[in-house]
Amino acid sequence: MSSGSIAVTGIGLISSIGSTVEENLQAIVAGKHGLSRVVNFPTRLREHIWVGEIKRSNDQLSDNLDLLRPHAFTRTGLLGAFAARQALKSANINDVNQLRTGFISSTSVGGMDYTERYGSTYLTSSEWHRYIPSHPAGDSSHKIAKYLGIKGFVTTVSTACSSAANAIMMGARLIHAGRLDRVIVGGADALSKFTINGFHSLLILSDEPCQPFDKQRKGLNLGEGAAYLVLESQKSVKQGSKNVLAYLTGYGNANDAFHQTASSDDGEGAFLAMKKALAVAQLRPQEIDYVNVHGTATPNNDLSEGRAMQRIFKNEIPSFSSTKPFTGHTLAAAGAIEAVYSILALQQNLVFPNLHFNTPMEEFDMIPQTTIQYRSASHVLSNSFGFGGNCSSLIFSKA
Amino acid sequence: MTTQGVWRPDFFSEAREIDQAITTADQPSYKGLASPAAIRRMSRGMKMGMYAAQQALGETAVTVPDAIITGTGLGCSEDSDKFLRSMWENDEQFLTPTSFIQSTHNTVAAQIALQLSCKGYNVTHVNGASSFESALLDTLLLLTSGEHKNVLLGGIDEIAEQTYAFLQAAGYIKASGLRETVKNSLSPGVNYAEGAQFFSMGVDQTETSYGEVVDVALQNELDIPEAGSFLQDFLTTNDIQPTAIDAVILGYNGDENDDLFYNALQQELPLTTPLYYKHLSGQFDSCSAFGLAAAAFILKYQTIPPVLYWNEKNPAKTTWKNILIYNHYRGKDHTLVLVRTC
Repeated sequence: MSSGSIAVTGIGLISSIGSTVEENLQAIVAGKHGLSRVVNFPTRLREHIWVGEIKRSNDQLSDNLDLLRPHAFTRTGLLGAFAARQALKSANINDVNQLRTGFISSTSVGGMDYTERYGSTYLTSSEWHRYIPSHPAGDSSHKIAKYLGIKGFVTTVSTACSSAANAIMMGARLIHAGRLDRVIVGGADALSKFTINGFHSLLILSDEPCQPFDKQRKGLNLGEGAAYLVLESQKSVKQGSKNVLAYLTGYGNANDAFHQTASSDDGEGAFLAMKKALAVAQLRPQEIDYVNVHGTATPNNDLSEGRAMQRIFKNEIPSFSSTKPFTGHTLAAAGAIEAVYSILALQQNLVFPNLHFNTPMEEFDMIPQTTIQYRSASHVLSNSFGFGGNCSSLIFSKA
Repeated sequence: MTTQGVWRPDFFSEAREIDQAITTADQPSYKGLASPAAIRRMSRGMKMGMYAAQQALGETAVTVPDAIITGTGLGCSEDSDKFLRSMWENDEQFLTPTSFIQSTHNTVAAQIALQLSCKGYNVTHVNGASSFESALLDTLLLLTSGEHKNVLLGGIDEIAEQTYAFLQAAGYIKASGLRETVKNSLSPGVNYAEGAQFFSMGVDQTETSYGEVVDVALQNELDIPEAGSFLQDFLTTNDIQPTAIDAVILGYNGDENDDLFYNALQQELPLTTPLYYKHLSGQFDSCSAFGLAAAAFILKYQTIPPVLYWNEKNPAKTTWKNILIYNHYRGKDHTLVLVRTC
């Protein structure tokens, strides 16, 4: 690896298919998805949608984290602390403030889950007021940082569904600039009525398990989860004799500048993001072995992303798949969860299956990997796109 | 776009001190900003942001920036509130997507990108009182690494009735009906407001440049006695003596505890002229961008508007070279920004 590469030395993850990285890997290898009906809170949409919900209550998560009650962690903060703790452990970090260590999280929902639950009482009763300051997006980052004992650089990114990819990118750029020795980066988002109803009002939720890149795809399934990566400079890796899981070699961010929620027909933003990431990694498109696509299974995303991939890869499209049929679309966390999956693909030499694919799309001849494929991979590209035209791509390379 | 109206040469000489719990920004006519139908759908934050962005670019030769980076603590609260209320009122039925679409934190940066057809780097930072400084740091990274030549940088937070009512209920915002200022604040909480502050940032000095941002530092938490070492570390990193800081712009907001941090930092800089601005901007997560605008004004015009003086310690200086901006909110999200003449 070039001296400019950023090492990934730790990963942590919780999603609807498992509470650890290992559980997630086992579920994917077994082809076991995590979609179900909503159980954790009441909603009118219960029987209409499938979600990637984590079957642990907030109380169970609090107990697992040994949090003293009453606290004002929202579910986003709980899931984030759960995954970030794993990432630190995986990186063998005991004294988190030993080096210049930062924390960059991301979320789209923030503390909306508690605001939607208790907000209607706030003006008449003070019983739940402790959750009022938990509403802003930055609050979960502060709580997670405090939980991890980080005193220093802490911030938060929110670019809708590409949030975590941008948090990862920001961390890498801070290390490159020599401002941090290591940084914990990623994202967390809890399911909420607000987001479920929002996506429902946009008519982009499928009433069946989602089918990315399929002609019959009907929309997405929402999910929840959190994932964090520990990024370290080469110097920090050498000093600590750290085990490197993978390298973050490329990253790109561009804006589609087409529509607030829809992607352009030619996937311009996605194309530019992938192009930039390849340039940063100094790789040719043909050197990418696997693309973990954004692949939400909305008619618009998959067509736009597919076209962008055709523009980048021409006639040599690498193996690709969307892992969202396993986890649901975990919004701000998706970029981090899928970054961990990309690293697993490199470590385990496998390409994950794109579940529920039956019929190729009419617009192009692109068929995702439908069964698990064991093959050596050196470079994996991961895409994350969001409302507001925010497109980001990351490239991970074998350690 | 602020409680003091739009940015203009006599911005500070015409400024009025805020003495209410919640003060809205003076909204200009948005005619010409977009189609009347589009303007009607836009929240205050979107309108203010797009207007301020246009104004910042208007002072430069840049038409389409290489990147757009924004900071906002609460994001698009007006649309979030709207969608949430309609979800409550209609029990999850008959919901229309417009307010949901516009509720994401990145809406303003996205709308500006759309309007300018700007396909470059686009990120929104959302970390409470250091949201704007996170965006500023991101900007510095892009410009100093040589990746980009110019960046449109903004800090936006809007008043949303319900969100602000909640913050008032929690004691963050003063009670309605009080007439307290930053300096004669007695009751708990602070005076809140809203604003959109945009800056055109570039690697090259131009004829219209205000000054240079040298560095920015962020720190999640500090105890009051640690404010001094936070400052010293920052000055050491930037190889500058405390005596070389001509003015320090402090985030005094009238909250007894918050202001102790500013007192502590001021003591570390006995020869520096202390200034403040939240009596003009009001408190909101990205209000420290107003502090940067004040610094830019001083550097460019080489004069300190009297309304910014914190106390009588006003030396007869004629040049203002190095200015430091210190902000935090409720002991969290401490930031230092160093700017100088260019």
